[in-house]
Amino acid sequence: MDWQLVADSFWPLLRGGLVGTIPLALASFAIGLVLALVVALLRLSPNPVLSWVGRAYVSLIRGTPLLVQLFIIFYGLPQLGVRFDPWPAAIIAFSMNVGGYAAEVIRAAILSVPKGQWEAGWTVGMSPVRTLSRIILPQAARVSVPPLSNTFISLVKDTSLATVILVTEMFRKAQEIAAFSNEFMVIYTEAALIYWMFCTVLATGQNAIEKRLDRYVAH
Amino acid sequence: MSPTDPSDRPEPSDRPVPDTLLTARGIEKSFGTNHVLRGVDLEVRRGEVIALIGPSGSGKTTVLRSLNGLETPDAGLVQVAGGPVVDFGAQAAATTGAWAGRRAGARRAKADRAALRDRSAMVFQHHNLFPHRTVLENVIEGPTQVKRIPRATAVNRAEELLARVGLEDKRDAYPHELSGGQQQRVGIVRALALEPDLLLFDEPTSALDPELVGEVLTVMKELADEGWTMVVVTHELQFARQVADEVLFLDGGVVVERGAPAQIFSQPAEERTRRFLDRILHPLD
Repeated sequence: MDWQLVADSFWPLLRGGLVGTIPLALASFAIGLVLALVVALLRLSPNPVLSWVGRAYVSLIRGTPLLVQLFIIFYGLPQLGVRFDPWPAAIIAFSMNVGGYAAEVIRAAILSVPKGQWEAGWTVGMSPVRTLSRIILPQAARVSVPPLSNTFISLVKDTSLATVILVTEMFRKAQEIAAFSNEFMVIYTEAALIYWMFCTVLATGQNAIEKRLDRYVAH
Repeated sequence: MSPTDPSDRPEPSDRPVPDTLLTARGIEKSFGTNHVLRGVDLEVRRGEVIALIGPSGSGKTTVLRSLNGLETPDAGLVQVAGGPVVDFGAQAAATTGAWAGRRAGARRAKADRAALRDRSAMVFQHHNLFPHRTVLENVIEGPTQVKRIPRATAVNRAEELLARVGLEDKRDAYPHELSGGQQQRVGIVRALALEPDLLLFDEPTSALDPELVGEVLTVMKELADEGWTMVVVTHELQFARQVADEVLFLDGGVVVERGAPAQIFSQPAEERTRRFLDRILHPLD
C-alpha cells in the first residue's frame, strides 16, 4: 500500500470536506429546517388546502430520488430558463430534500407536546404563534433532536451526490485524486473514513445537545 | 395581593349591574352527538366564590372552559368584567359560509377569546406548568410577554406571590423538581400574576395525592378570603361547603340545583342532587 499517497491525499480530501461537504451540509440543513417547519405547520393546519399542500410536498420529496431532484434542478430547469450555478443548485436541492424529511419529524414532535401546554399558553394570554414559538417548539425541539440528527448525518453523506452537478466537495476531490493516481481502493476508502469521522463528531454533538435540553426533564 | 383595581381600565358605558363580574347565559355545547351542555346560566358577583359540582360527564368542566374560550360553545352569551358580550351563537353562525365570511368570523372569534382571556386566568387539573421553564419563568411569562410589564417589576411581583404560597425558595427550580402540591401552588401563582378579574379552577386537587390536597385548598381559601372572584370546579365538597358563596349542582348538561352551600348540602331540593351527595359522602353504603 502506498502510504505516501495516503499522506499526500489526506489534506486535499479533508480540505474538500471542510470547505465543501460541511458548509454545503450546514447551509442546506439550516434552510431545510426553516422549510420543514413551514411544511409541518402547513400539514397541521386545519385548512384542508394548506394541509394538502404540505402533504403533497412531503410525498413528492420522499417519493423521488435525491439524485433525480439534483438533476432536475441543475440540468432540467435551465431548459425552462432557470439557471443555477453548481453550489446554489446543490443547496436548493438538499434544502428541499431536508425540508421534506424533517417536516415529518417536526410535525410529530409538535404533536407530542400535550394539548394542555397550548391551553396554558392561551390562558396566560399568548397568541397561538407566540405559544408555538415560546412554549411548544422548545419542548418539541427536545423530542426532535435524535431524529433530526439522523437527518443531518444522512445529509452529510448525501452531499457526495453533489459531485454529479460539479460541486467540488470531498468526494469530487477523491474522484480527481483517484483518477490521477489510479489508486481507487486507497483513495475511496480514505474518503469513506473521513466521512465516518465527520459523522462520529456529529453524533457526539447530538449527545451534548440532548443532555443540554434534558435538564428540565424528570428522570 | 388583591384583585386588579377595576378603575384601572376604562369602563364601558353599557356596563350592567355594577358588581356583576361574570354573566353567562344559555351556554350550549355538543361534541358530535353528545349534547354536553343544554343551556347553562351563571352569574357571579365581584368577590364571590362559585363551586360547580356534579358527576363526571355532567358538563361542569366544559362550562368552566367556555368561560375563557378554551371551549367554544355552540350558543350562549358570556361577559366578564364589563368586557364585550361574547355571543357564541353568532360566532358559530359567522364561521360557516363563504371564504370571506369565514375569515371575518375567525377574526371575530379571536377577538372574543382575547376579551375573555384578558380578564380571567385558569388553574388546570394537571397544572400545565411549562416544563422547560423555571418556576419564576413560568410566573413571569404572561406578565412580561403579554402584558409587557418590565421584567424587574414582574420578577418582584412573582417573588412576592411565591412567598405568599411558601415557595420563595423554589423560584429557580424546574416544575419536575416540585411535589404535586407545590406544582399546583405555582399554577395558582402563575394565574394570580396575570392580575385577572376572575380566577377559574378546573378540579385543581383531583390529580393530587390525598396528603397534598390540603396545601392547595388552603391557598384557595386564603384567596377567597382576600376577595378574589373564583369559579371552582371541584369534588372537594367540604371546600365547597366552607368557602363557596354559591354551589351549582350540574347533571346531564343542566344546572339541576343552585343555592347557598348550607342549603344544597343539608337540604337539597332535588332528588338527583341528593343521590349525588349520598354517593360522594357515603361511597360504601
